[in-house]
Amino acid sequence: MNLILFTFIVLLGFTSYYFGRKKAYSIQSTKKRLTALPQFYGYYLAIWCAIPAFIIFSLWAIFEPTIVKLLILSDYSNQGYLDDELNLIYEKTKALSRGQFTGEITPFIKASAEKYLSLRSIAQSSKAVIVLSIIIASVAYAYKRISSNSRTREPVEKFLNAVLFTASLAAILTTVGIVFSLIFQTIDFFKVIPLFDFVFGTHWYPAKAFVRDSSEALDPTMYSDTFGAVPIFAGTFFIAFIAMCVAIPIGLMSGIYLAEYASYKVRQYAKPLIEILAGIPTVVYGFFAALTVGPFLKELGTSMGLEVSAESALAAGGVMGIMIIPFISSLSDDVITSVPQSLRDGSYAMGATKSETIKRVIFPAALPGIVGSILLGVSRAIGETMIVVMASGLAANLTLNPLESTSTITAQIVVILIGDQAFGDPKTQAAFALGMSLFLVTLCLNIVALRVVKKYREKYE
Amino acid sequence: MIKIKAKDVDVFYGKKQALFNISLDIEENQVTALIGPSGCGKSTFLRCLNRMNDVIDICSVKGKILINDFNINDKSCDVVRLREKIGMVFQKPNPFPKTLYENVSYGPTIHGMAQSKQEMDEIVETSLKKAALWKEVKDRLHEPGTGLSGGQQQRLCIARAISVRPEVILMDEPCSALDPIATAQIEELIDELKKEHTIIIVTHSMAQAARVSQHTGFFHLGQLIEHGSTDKIFKNPDNTKTQDYITGRFG
Repeated sequence: MNLILFTFIVLLGFTSYYFGRKKAYSIQSTKKRLTALPQFYGYYLAIWCAIPAFIIFSLWAIFEPTIVKLLILSDYSNQGYLDDELNLIYEKTKALSRGQFTGEITPFIKASAEKYLSLRSIAQSSKAVIVLSIIIASVAYAYKRISSNSRTREPVEKFLNAVLFTASLAAILTTVGIVFSLIFQTIDFFKVIPLFDFVFGTHWYPAKAFVRDSSEALDPTMYSDTFGAVPIFAGTFFIAFIAMCVAIPIGLMSGIYLAEYASYKVRQYAKPLIEILAGIPTVVYGFFAALTVGPFLKELGTSMGLEVSAESALAAGGVMGIMIIPFISSLSDDVITSVPQSLRDGSYAMGATKSETIKRVIFPAALPGIVGSILLGVSRAIGETMIVVMASGLAANLTLNPLESTSTITAQIVVILIGDQAFGDPKTQAAFALGMSLFLVTLCLNIVALRVVKKYREKYE
Repeated sequence: MIKIKAKDVDVFYGKKQALFNISLDIEENQVTALIGPSGCGKSTFLRCLNRMNDVIDICSVKGKILINDFNINDKSCDVVRLREKIGMVFQKPNPFPKTLYENVSYGPTIHGMAQSKQEMDEIVETSLKKAALWKEVKDRLHEPGTGLSGGQQQRLCIARAISVRPEVILMDEPCSALDPIATAQIEELIDELKKEHTIIIVTHSMAQAARVSQHTGFFHLGQLIEHGSTDKIFKNPDNTKTQDYITGRFG
């Protein structure tokens, strides 16, 4: 029903565009000069169609459920029901009207469900009638007002401005909303678990929180030594460090090769091939790390007499590094290529060799971009989840031995939120606390990246 | 004395021939101007003299170019040494994104010309003095070279070029991006520099060629139409094409 109505409104919008333009043409044909191009008159009418429709639809969406609920529950008023019970009755009514109710059907509920359905259908048809009549009225009004000197360009431009503004506002508000939900849940978490224990505790064992019977009262002391985040922070940075040890040299060198040394033909094939690496889903990297690299490292280590865990930080970090190579290589290739040829010429003309030119002129000139690409790679490494979950195990060991298994913030969030969760439980809230810290770390990283880039910009431009 | 002797030089960009059979002698410690309409090959010829065309993949150079009687197109020629001896200044000022000091010390550093910091300081100072830039920048040697004005940047590029004491300086329209005052400064500088260096300058400005050069070569469609003393080329050219170009009838 809504879909049909919506289609109808869209069609109406197109029609009003057509009529607006047609009227503009007819004004034009009387040799009067228009204040805007004819299509602006069309857009103008279409806007007069879209705005009322949008307003009524949103008002309806806000008020219809409330009003329907009030009408349904008015039958039950003065019968001494509590608010919770009334809510339950309403939910039962709705479920029954959708045919999804499985419990015992009382005549009261059945009557309510029928009333609910009839109310809904009344609401739907009245909505259609109201929307269409208002739209037609507003378009007709606007159509009549169009004349050779009516201003249509400004309202259309203003409307576009407003639409674009709303879009960016939606993006910002969503971000703000997410951050706030993180903050509130995190605060709740720290009400139970002291901040100090979280930041400096060296023992992370959220599984302990599984054991709690939810009917028991919350006893903070039983969580002592459970949510110490040091091991997973250490693990996160450690694995990211291993990844960057792989990704920075290889990525940078291949970027330099592509930009400076590779012939046109090689570049033409090599660049897309490297970029294919970026298109591989991280899950695939994950099982590559877990099933190929991990066992291989274990065998290799064993043959050299080393103790290697099948799920090692080295396997996860190494594969993660491979995943990040294309980011660094492709981005640094772009930055290096965009260094003006005149600088290369200047350096060659001084008798510098290719490598001297790269080292002394091109690299410094491209540095802000390269630093940017590296920091982008680092935030990818810190935020990467799948590879770690699959290849580095889930036990949060505090270790700096790359051959042992460690865990990261993201992997722990997965561990915590997999399966059933209880809201308001410290275990679930721990995920928010971790998410918050992850967010803070990436935020700082981005701020540093921007600072660095800006500093070099100021110096060299 | 003849410093550079080009013999039957042909240049190809891919299959397209850009220069045809150029033979030209260039006198030591004098200014030779190369003039001609756009696309006539004068810059291409200039870039042959320090093998800058090597940088362009599809470009190939045939023929002999003798500098101090040594053919630089020979396989045994070391391009690094060659470019140390033949400096170049480009059309658009192209200081490196480094400090003024690092810009000038770039050449001496890569050629290992200074043994100590003190020696390097001296090289930088003399080069900047010769480029008539020292007075303006001596207090801000450690600021970025890109912060200078266009004319100052070009003089910085000249200082950078002369820092390795090249025998020849190639200038590819060095004033085309500059205002008249900066142009006058550079022209004055060229007059000064010719005492120690052989200078070859490509220019679009006939007036500039007449002002700064002793010899002029006129290029047209990849051919060297005429060359000789600037006086003769400008006052009494042998070829009618030269006459037409100089009097502004085409180009």
